[in-house]
Amino acid sequence: MSAEHNNSTPPPVRGIVPILEPGHTYASVTDKIASIVLTRPTGWGWIGGFAICFSIIMLLLVAATYLISVGVGIWGIDIPVGWGFAIVNFVWWIGIGHAGTLISAILFLLNQNWRTSINRFAEAMTLFAVACAGLFPLLHAGRPWYAYWMFPYPSTMGIWPQFRSPLIWDVFAVSTYGTVSLIFWFVGLIPDLATLRDRAAKKPAQIIYGMLAMGWRNSARHWHRYQSTYLLLAGLATPLVLSVHTVVSFDFAIAIVPGWHTTIFPPYFVAGAIYSGFAMVLTIAIPLRKFYQLEDFITMRHLENMAKVMLATGLIVAYGYFFEFFMSMYSGNKFDVYLTQMRLHGPYHLVYYSLILCNILTPQLLWIRKVRTNIPALFIMSLVINVGMWLERFVIIVISLSRDFVPSAWGRFSPTFWDYATLLGTLGLFTGLLFLFVRGLPAISIAEMRELVDHTSEEQA
Amino acid sequence: MIEQRSHLYGVIGEFATPKELLAAARKMRDAGYQCMDAYSPYPLEGLPHALGLGRKHNMVPLVTLIGGLMGGLGAFFFQYWANVYSFPENIGGRPLNSWPAFIPVTFEMTVLFASLFSVFGMLGMNKLPQPHHPLFNSDRFQKHASTDRFFVCIEARDPKFDLAAVTSFLKGLNAQNIAEVQDD
Repeated sequence: MSAEHNNSTPPPVRGIVPILEPGHTYASVTDKIASIVLTRPTGWGWIGGFAICFSIIMLLLVAATYLISVGVGIWGIDIPVGWGFAIVNFVWWIGIGHAGTLISAILFLLNQNWRTSINRFAEAMTLFAVACAGLFPLLHAGRPWYAYWMFPYPSTMGIWPQFRSPLIWDVFAVSTYGTVSLIFWFVGLIPDLATLRDRAAKKPAQIIYGMLAMGWRNSARHWHRYQSTYLLLAGLATPLVLSVHTVVSFDFAIAIVPGWHTTIFPPYFVAGAIYSGFAMVLTIAIPLRKFYQLEDFITMRHLENMAKVMLATGLIVAYGYFFEFFMSMYSGNKFDVYLTQMRLHGPYHLVYYSLILCNILTPQLLWIRKVRTNIPALFIMSLVINVGMWLERFVIIVISLSRDFVPSAWGRFSPTFWDYATLLGTLGLFTGLLFLFVRGLPAISIAEMRELVDHTSEEQA
Repeated sequence: MIEQRSHLYGVIGEFATPKELLAAARKMRDAGYQCMDAYSPYPLEGLPHALGLGRKHNMVPLVTLIGGLMGGLGAFFFQYWANVYSFPENIGGRPLNSWPAFIPVTFEMTVLFASLFSVFGMLGMNKLPQPHHPLFNSDRFQKHASTDRFFVCIEARDPKFDLAAVTSFLKGLNAQNIAEVQDD
C-alpha cells in the first residue's frame, strides 16, 4: 500500500483505492458489521429473497425425494453417458468452493491484507458450495443409504474400499476439504462471536452467540495460540485446496476415455476452480456491499483485484484448452483426434463454442481498466464466467462419454426436467444458506478489520 | 445453603491504544507479576513477548505436527495392511503394496488430523469452552474488551499480589478505570 504520504488526510496516491476507506475506528468497524446482524431490522428484501430461495429448496427436496424413491432413471443419464448433470454439477460446485480457501489461506500466507474484508463470506461460500457439491455424488449413487460403504470400516463383508481408485480418493479429499473448511471458518469466527455476544442486547442472542463463542475473552495468552492455529490451518489448507481439484481431475485423467486421459488435467482443473470461484465471490460481493452499504469495506480495490485474478486464471484455463486441442491433434491417436473434431462439429458443438465465448473471449475485456472498475460489467462478467465453467464440465464429461471407442456404443445425453430441477435446487440451497449466513453471522471478520484499522492508521501516521 | 462469598479475582485497568498496552504488559512482566494477562480486541504483534510468554507457552505447532504424523502414518499403513494382509487382491497384476496409489488418501488424512489436532489442541490449551469467567463480571470489560479497549488484569492468585500495591502500580502505568473484579 501507499506509504509515501505523511499528512493525516490520506490522498489517493496514483489513483490507488484504499482497502479500507479512511476515518474508521475500532468501534466504528465493529458497530457497522455487528449491527447488520444485531440491530438492523430484517427487511422485506431479505424476507422476499429468502422466500424465493426457500421455495427453490423445496423443489430440490421434491427432486431428491423422487430420485431416492424411483432411482436415477428420472435423470437423462444412461449408458454410455452415465455421468450427466450430477457429476457436472459436482465438479462445478466443488470448484466454486476453491476461491474461498484461496482467499482465506493462500492470500493470508502471502500477506495480502486486501483479503481481510472478503475472506469471511468467501469461506462461507466455500462451505455452502461444498455442501451442494457433496449432494451430487450421493444422489448419483442411486442408493445413497449405502454411501457409508465408501468409508473404510470393519464390515461383516470383510473387504475394504478400493484405495487404488480415484473415486475413493475423492471421498477422502472432499470430506477432508469440507471438514477443514468448516473448522477454519469457525476458528476465524470465534472472536467475532464473542464480540456479538458482548454487544447483543437480547437474551436469546446473548445465549446463542455466547455458546458459540465458547467463552472467548480476547486474552493475549489465547490469541498467542489462536494465531498459531490460524496460521497452521492456512498452511494446511493451501496444499489441501490444490489437492482437492487435482483429485477431482484424477476421476477423469486416470480413466482411458478420450479427452480425459491427459496429464494437463490437474493444473488446469485447479486454475478453472479458482477462476469460477472468484467469479462466484464477485457475484456475491457486488450485491452484498450494495444492500448492506459495505462499500467502505469492500472497496473498488477488492473488486479490481478479484477481476485481475479472474483474468490471470482465465488465461491459464485458455492455455489448458489450447493444449488439450493441440495434444489431441499432435498425438495422432485417432480417438483423440476424433474427439476434438466432435467438439467442434459434433452434436454438442454449440456448447463448446459457448464455452469458448464465456471463458476465453469475454474475460479478455478485463484487460481494460474501465471494465474492471465498472460494477455492472463485472457482475455480468462474473455470471458469464460461472456459466462458462459449468459448460466446461459439460463438455469434458458429456462429449467424451457420448462417443468413445466403438460407434456401436455411442449415445446421446439429453437432460430431463429433474436434471434441471436438481441443479436449480442446489442454486437455491446455496443462495438460501448465504441469506441465513448474512443475517446471523458477521459477513466480514470484525477482529481482522480492527487489525486493519490499526495498520492503516499507522501507515497514515 | 452454600455460603455466599465473594472472592477477589484481580484488578483490571484499561488503555485506549495498543502501544500503551504493550508498554504496560512489559512493565508488568518487569515488575515480576506472573499471574496476569492482557486483553486486546485483535491479536497484537509483540504482546506475547511483552508478557514474557516463552516458546513453551505455545505448544500448538507441536500438537499439530503430532496430529499430522499420526494421520499420515496411520492412513498409509492402514491402506498397506488392508491391501497386503487383510484383503490381498490382484488388480491388473499390480503389486499389493502399490504405494503411489495410497498417497492421495495419506495426504488428505495428514491434513485432516493435523487440522483437527491444531484446533482442538488450541481450544484445549486455552481451556475453552469456558462459558463463565470472572472478568465477565466487569461491565466495562464486557462492553469494551471485544470492541475498542485494551485491558490488563493482575490476578489475586499472583504470589506478589497486594491490593493496594497493585492498584497504585496500575495507576503508575496510567491505566484508566482501574477496578477490582470479583469472582462469585
